[in-house]
Parts: sequence; structure tokens; C-alpha cells
Amino acid sequence: MKILVCISKTPDTTSRIAFKDNNTKFDESGIQWIINPYDEWYSLVRAIELKEKDSSVIIHLITVGTVDTEPIIRKALALGGDEAIRVNADSSDSYYIATQIAEIARQGNYDLIFTGKETIDYNGAVIGALVAELVDLPYVSLATKFEVEGTTATITREIEGGEEVNQVQLPMVVSVQKGVAEQRIPNMRGIMAARSKPLKVVEPVSAETLTSCINFELPPAKAGVKLVAADNVAELVRLLHEEAKAI
Amino acid sequence: MSVLILIDHSEGQIKKSSFEALSYGAAVAQQLNVSAQALLLGTVTNNLSDLGKYGVSKIFQVADETLNAFDAQVYAQVIAESAQLLNATVIVVAQNQTGKAVAGRVSVLLKAGLVTGAIALPDTSNGFVVKKSVFSNKAFANVAIHSAIKIIALNPNSYSVVPTEGTATVELLSIKPKEAKVKIVSVNKISGEVPLTEAEIVVSGGRGLKGPENWGIVEDLAKVLHAATACSRPVADTHWRPHHEHVGQTGFQIAPNLYIAIGISGAIQHLAGVNRSKTIVVINKDPEAPFFKAADYGIVGDAFEVVPQLTAEIKKLKG
Repeated sequence: MKILVCISKTPDTTSRIAFKDNNTKFDESGIQWIINPYDEWYSLVRAIELKEKDSSVIIHLITVGTVDTEPIIRKALALGGDEAIRVNADSSDSYYIATQIAEIARQGNYDLIFTGKETIDYNGAVIGALVAELVDLPYVSLATKFEVEGTTATITREIEGGEEVNQVQLPMVVSVQKGVAEQRIPNMRGIMAARSKPLKVVEPVSAETLTSCINFELPPAKAGVKLVAADNVAELVRLLHEEAKAI
Repeated sequence: MSVLILIDHSEGQIKKSSFEALSYGAAVAQQLNVSAQALLLGTVTNNLSDLGKYGVSKIFQVADETLNAFDAQVYAQVIAESAQLLNATVIVVAQNQTGKAVAGRVSVLLKAGLVTGAIALPDTSNGFVVKKSVFSNKAFANVAIHSAIKIIALNPNSYSVVPTEGTATVELLSIKPKEAKVKIVSVNKISGEVPLTEAEIVVSGGRGLKGPENWGIVEDLAKVLHAATACSRPVADTHWRPHHEHVGQTGFQIAPNLYIAIGISGAIQHLAGVNRSKTIVVINKDPEAPFFKAADYGIVGDAFEVVPQLTAEIKKLKG
């Protein structure tokens, strides 16, 4: 079984979000970059678990990004995976990025393509669906459990107010979230091994850009908290009812 | 030319996020001076002509029972074919579990630019620009769509339902869905609870509640408010509460009208999941809890004393 795991580089979850150049660009100064948590904790770790059960499993990682994504992809390789592919392109358009991933997916003939449910920067939550349609494969999103037996995948996915269990014949694309696997920390052996794992750099195929980000805005600052004394709960209820009109 | 809005449903009932999408789509249509039409895949028990009150004049239904079971690939095919048949130039879906699975696929089929997580009506004064939530609700981006057909996936609880006068007519579309490759083995709905992502009010508890045996006060408060219950990550990780209640960066991201946080300090990862809430109330005995900075109202005090009083006062208010 061959698995392709999509890896994205995102700012650390505690980053202060700021913009520059008249709010047209994300201000990267002082930003700590990490592997998108959904890609790392759930998607990659689940792929590694499948390989631990069956050593014939081959895991390839893919990222679409410039040379500064390499530390991130090396960090991912330190967790596991056999080799990585970096498509040398810089884009924030999901369609463009998905086209690059789909191209690699077609060439590699993968049985399974894993993505995180979304990235924590652009929150598009759409790469899995785009790739699935581009390579014409079934897609299950927001998986909280993923098992595979032979060529049959059994997936538990989130639905409103509950969950649904699906069965799909491989090959397929799946987006995963919490529940699928537990976070791991790379060990020294993994970090050493990652240095010698192949990291292939390929140039992008031409693709359309269907959207472009014009600028960013920060939400208006909160007016500040109105504190109510602990022995005057009735006042809080009055404020919620009359002022906030929330109850 | 028209705006086509997908009506999403589950167990025969139209989802709340779809009513929001209908109202939003109708407003987009008005802005562009074209008609607002809705598309229903499968069957529902709702009275369809009533949907006119959300501003749509016509509902197209592909009344194939197999479409009551969701497969993103099949849905995308039927939506794309319908959109072409109806000459839709804008497609609106809710950014819920269905929207997340299907919008991208439709985008590929129609070569249509897609903005997910939209939170406001598009700016059509110069091009077509949609405001969306980014950086886990810590910022917004204005995204221009360049393609002829445009798809907007609207964040739940971002656009108020605006009921108007009017009825809609229903017309059947004969589109043959392709064979589903996703087999649904079982569905497990947590019955009797308000679904977290659709709830107007959410009452949430954190480590300050000391243990799962103390959740009664949270549940009592939720009950008088008809609210959903939620929890912080440490609470879900220690299995005090089930994972499906976890809100935050890696849990559910929600945007209710009112979010009441009890005994939650307000780590940045937690805020990422709840900061789109319209009104935030924080109850915490630590006056230095960072959550107070993100709150609209707060009480510094012992949750075990404050929360039961709050429940009693709300009961009084509701008569």
C-alpha cells in the first residue's frame, strides 16, 4: 500500500497575528513555523501507525512551498515516512495547490491520500476535496477514526450532532482530525534518519489561480469586559437580557 | 443567470445552516439583480414552498432517494450538472460537514473559484470579493474570485436568517446520480442534545470544575437556556467529557450568540475555537485568567456558587 500525506507549513498556534505592506501580507517577523497540527498529529501519525502494522506500506510526504518549507518537511520525515516531495511553488490559492498535489498523486499511483481537515492559517478545509475531484477518487472528510483491512477502508466521520461510519474501497482521499491518532514527538533516531531520507524537489505544473487574497483585516478590539460582582448574579442576567439581548 | 443555494438536510430535516445559506444567497441575488434559486438533493419532510420566506423563488429538487445518503462525489456531480442546467453564476453552500466535503469538488468540476468560511456578503463594487475568516478566527481575509462561476461556502452562525413574505415553487430536475462509492454502515446521532455547531447558546466547562462529577451545574444551566454543552481540551483529554464536546483550535470551532465559559482560563488555542461568539461570558475565580480579556461580561467568583444562582435567575426571567 502506498500512502501520500499532505504536509503544510503554518505559524505556531500561539503566534501573534499581524500584517504588513498595507495589510496585504502576513507579517512573518518573529513567527515560529510548525507542521500544520492536523497534518502532523493526525494525518502523518495515522499513516505511520499503518506502516508499523504492515511494513510493506510506503509513505510519501508532499508539500507545496518554497525552499523555506524544507525544515518543516524534514521535521515531518523525522516522525516517519520514506521520502518527501516538495513542489517548488508559492501560492495561497487552494485550486493551484491542489492541482500540484493531484499531479504528484497521479504519477505515484497512491492507494490513500491523507490530508488534515484544514490548515490553521487559511482555514480553507478544502484541499482534500479538490484533490479527490482532480484525481476522480472517493473522498471522506473530517474523519475521527480510520481503519484499513485489505483494500477496504472503514472511516468514522463527523456529522452534525453525531458520527457516521463509512466504508470505501481504496484508492481514496480522506481528511482527518482529532481522534484518528495521538500526537507524537520525534525522537533522536528519527531526526538522524530524516537527514538521509530523499527529499525530491519538482517544479510546479502550470495551473490556474481562481482566487487571490487582496488584503487582511484584524477583528475590532473588544470593548473590554464588564465585570459583575459574584453576589449580584441577577445583574448579569439583566445585562444579558436587556443589553446583549443574548437570552 | 442565477444564484443557486444548496439545501442541506439530515434525517429528513433541513439544517439550520441551510436557512442561513438561503437568506445569504437571496441577498447576493438581490445585490446582483438575478434570481435566487435553491437546490435540494434527495427528500425532506419540510414544506418546500415555505422556503420562499427566505427569499428564494424556485426550488429545484433531484428527488432521488439514494441522495439521502451522502457521498461527496455523487453530490458534486449532481450539483455541478444542476448548476450548468440552471445557468447558475454563484453557488452558495453552508460551510458545514456537507459543504466542506463537496464545495471543493464542485469547484473543480465547474472551474469555479471557491471561498470557504465566508462571513459577510460579497463586495461586488469592483470585481467579486468575499470576506472570510482566517488564522483560526484571529483575522479576516478579503478574497477575490476571478472565475465566471463563483462558489461561496458560508460559515454557520455568520449571517442572520431574514424571513420575508413569499412562497416558492418546486420543480423536479431529472438528473441521474452516479453510483455511490461510499457505503454508509451506520449513523450514530447523540440524541436529545443540541448539536454544538448549530447551537445558539453554548455553556462550556473547564478544569476549574475539578471533576466530571461536578458537571451537573453546567448541564442544569444549559437546560434552562436550551443550550449545547461544551468543554475545553484538557477536560476532553482526561475523558471527563466526551471528545465531541471539545471546542478550541483542535476541536469544534463555534460561533454561537452566547458562549458561557465556566472555569476555563482561556488559552489562545481555546479562544481560537470560540472567539467568533457574539457575546462571551466568563466565570472564573482567578481574576488574572486571560479569558477575561476576550470576554464581554465576567464574574470573578466560585463557579459552584455562581452557576446555580445564574441558573435560578434565568429560570425566574423565563417565568
